[in-house]
Amino acid sequence: MPKDSGIGASSKRREDVRFLTGAGNYTDDINVNGQAYVHFLRSDIAHGTINKIDTSAAAAMPGVIKIFTAEDFAAVGGVPCGWQVTDKHGNPMQEPKHPVLAEGKVRYVGEMIAGVVAETAEQARDAAEAIELDIAELPAVVDMKAAVQDGAPKVHDDLPSNLCYDWGFVEENKGAVDEAIANAAHVTTLELVNNRLVANPMEPRVAIGDFARGTGDSTLYTTSQNPHVIRLLMGAFVLGIPEHKLRVIAPDVGGGFGTKIFHYAEEAFVTFAAKAINRAVKWTSSRSEAFISDAHGRDHVTKIDLALDADNNFTAIRTETYANMGAYLSTFAPSVPTWLHGTLMAGNYKTPVIYVNVKAVFTNTVPVDAYRGAGRPEATYQLERLIDKAARELGVDPIALRRQNFVTEFPYETPVAVAYDTGDYNATMDTLEQIADLSGFEARLAESKAKGKLRGLGVNCYIEACGIAPSNLVGQLGARAGLYESATVRVNATGGLVVMTGSHSHGQGHETAFPQVIAEMIGIDESMVEIVHGDTANTPMGMGTYGSRSLAVGGSAMVRATEKIINKTKKIAAHLLEAAEADIELKDGQFSVAGTDKSVAWGDVTLAAYVPHNYPLEDIEPGLEETAFYDPSNFTYPAGAYACEVEVDPDTGKVTIERFSAADDFGNVVNPMIVSGQVHGGIAQGVGQALLEGVVYDENGQLLSASYMDYAMPRADDLPFYAVDHSNGTPCTHNPLGVKGCGEAGAIGSPPAVVNAVVDALQRNGSNVTHIDMPLSPSRVWDAMNS
Amino acid sequence: MAQVSMTVNGAVKSGEVEGRTLLSTFLREGLGMTGTHVGCDTSQCGACAVHVDGKLVKACTMLAMEADGAEVATIEGQANADGSLNTIQQAFQDHHGLQCGFCTPGMVMSAAALLKENPTPSETEIREHLEGNICRCTGYHNIVKAIMAASGQDVTAIAAE
Repeated sequence: MPKDSGIGASSKRREDVRFLTGAGNYTDDINVNGQAYVHFLRSDIAHGTINKIDTSAAAAMPGVIKIFTAEDFAAVGGVPCGWQVTDKHGNPMQEPKHPVLAEGKVRYVGEMIAGVVAETAEQARDAAEAIELDIAELPAVVDMKAAVQDGAPKVHDDLPSNLCYDWGFVEENKGAVDEAIANAAHVTTLELVNNRLVANPMEPRVAIGDFARGTGDSTLYTTSQNPHVIRLLMGAFVLGIPEHKLRVIAPDVGGGFGTKIFHYAEEAFVTFAAKAINRAVKWTSSRSEAFISDAHGRDHVTKIDLALDADNNFTAIRTETYANMGAYLSTFAPSVPTWLHGTLMAGNYKTPVIYVNVKAVFTNTVPVDAYRGAGRPEATYQLERLIDKAARELGVDPIALRRQNFVTEFPYETPVAVAYDTGDYNATMDTLEQIADLSGFEARLAESKAKGKLRGLGVNCYIEACGIAPSNLVGQLGARAGLYESATVRVNATGGLVVMTGSHSHGQGHETAFPQVIAEMIGIDESMVEIVHGDTANTPMGMGTYGSRSLAVGGSAMVRATEKIINKTKKIAAHLLEAAEADIELKDGQFSVAGTDKSVAWGDVTLAAYVPHNYPLEDIEPGLEETAFYDPSNFTYPAGAYACEVEVDPDTGKVTIERFSAADDFGNVVNPMIVSGQVHGGIAQGVGQALLEGVVYDENGQLLSASYMDYAMPRADDLPFYAVDHSNGTPCTHNPLGVKGCGEAGAIGSPPAVVNAVVDALQRNGSNVTHIDMPLSPSRVWDAMNS
Repeated sequence: MAQVSMTVNGAVKSGEVEGRTLLSTFLREGLGMTGTHVGCDTSQCGACAVHVDGKLVKACTMLAMEADGAEVATIEGQANADGSLNTIQQAFQDHHGLQCGFCTPGMVMSAAALLKENPTPSETEIREHLEGNICRCTGYHNIVKAIMAASGQDVTAIAAE
């Protein structure tokens, strides 16, 4: 029987009521008394020298309060990067200055040159058009491989080249990998592109800076997944505001998908400008602006080799990737193609030796950083396309080849530095075969054929590293932050709880799922627990929500804090019941003395904590509030198997997704409804990457796919109903809930399934096509069929 | 600047607008009705969908002055008189048809327009109708399911949760 409350129940989301009635409180819904508006003049040239910015005519326009240029920010730091990668020679990456407003040069279309602050948004925009700009255009570099050729135009004149770093992992294994490939019975090689994407949360970014003259306090309202991280980065590295004088509020946030992790120059601008003009300053991004200012995702070009022995066992993997950084290093950009990618190259398989080389490259494009999955989709796509190709070359069943090479014993130490604690890859594959009805494929193939359509089946596995991350480990890997999470549990006198967390909810349903955990621990109704998040003034220092970490890390902090609460209430209950603390049991919100009928209710104990008339004041303090910081000891390793069936129209090359099935192992599941929803959304984004989405720059660095009319977002009629299952949970062994994280899986696991299916459809029709680069638009598929 | 007046969710509202002021801007900034969201600037995403004189309209694509004298319905007026969720809203909650909530007002308004025209739409009809509403969170599965459920169709056969 499904549970109707607590851990494992599909509790309805309490946050839905405000979202369904127009009562949400998103950043753009906030207006501060007396606020002014900023419009940013952005570069429409990808690379150029700024000769002159003449703001005199614009400054005289109606309503203009002040126009800011780089000179106004001379005493301010650059936007910092949060992760320093060390290259294969032991040297630190190249790290150019990232100014708030362009200094001397512009380096991508969209870079901010000036900020016009005016009484209304329209006046600010009108005045920005009156700024006279003289920019001498320079040759732009857009293609990564061209950017690292000798003589290529340099994005940053003060750096030796456009190479940010050349990373080898594990460098000591390179010789063994080369040797294994040289001696292999069979080697499969694939060159592929992981297409550049725009995250496109439906809410564009917004930032409002405010300054209180009376106290000298600054406040930033922003569309962020991690307000404490923004407070730290902006306060300490950009504006020099101590954390106790800076408050960052991220209220309801309309989706993030990674691109709202990063500290953006607009946030620093409005905070700085508010103090400068002594009025609040508001910026609301348009969608057009979002395309040229939100950090993009993916953008890898890869060559990968898989070596197999005569029995089809994997013996080595070697991969070489070019990863686009864009023009500047966004907050976590350097970590994505390295530690979030290289460490996942073992996948679900036993491969004795692996070598990963990544060359990160500066180009005259928007900065690139984490997007849903971040590094792990890139690893999964390479590996799972490659295994499919190998199976076809060897004439073996792709599922059988995978099963033969699965890791089956845990814990498993991979050759790429991570250790999987639990998993059962055969179990998820068994489930997938059922829910995808693979035995019925031949019949469906015949039906498609009768309609004149080509049907194909693609299957793949994935593994990811979530629950980011052990602080001491990531510190060794170059992170300039800890990756713990925090929770303060405040129990009120009448027994209700407020949980203040550093995790942030922007669609994940924390306000519903987190109370399920705490209510179950105490044995009270979920409605007695309220979650507070998104405001540095009333939550403990936390690292926010990304990397499928909220329940695994933030939830663990809540469990630890609640355990402290329970320990203290047991002491109080023991006093009230005149019993030994060791004999006190808490069940269904009642404290009882083991083996007796003596009991006291939760609410009586919490009241005693705040009205301590009969209370052990000599032993414990009054009040009932506890904080815990949880730092994980390992990553978590969700894994699964996905299947996609497509139909290809042989006349047009158009691909339709006929069936999509996902069998995941997320460990324990708190709210199955929410977990399924996360998988659904991830699949849609992965199908979007595979079939529809792709950023296109021309050779001059102009972004051609800069609106929803040019960048194909997945729509309802591009997608089917999905079959999803998460019944094969092997609980995580090192966090108190046994949870692994589910937010990114769908986006990681789905692209290879789609491409494998299309290649399968074409090959069943006699084509010798072995690969098509994403997105598989009708023209690309038609070209592949007809080449 | 010009004066406009319109009936919004049954109440007469008026205000001063520029010629270029969009209906979405007037609702959000002029009237403080921030339930109508703006997610793009090319009339693609549908987060700003409202009803004008009973027709589904993207409020970012209509000038406020064009709505002078019109009957406008927004997400703020959709709940039942007692404040409880209406059938469509309740179905969205029951079937987890929303995550971040940003596209949701437009989805609910779009669904209401569909069900008025077509009380029991098929899955395909719903998906085609939602062409003008983009959701980045849900993958549409639970939105389509919720609209089918709101129209009284049995959705138990559609994959769980």
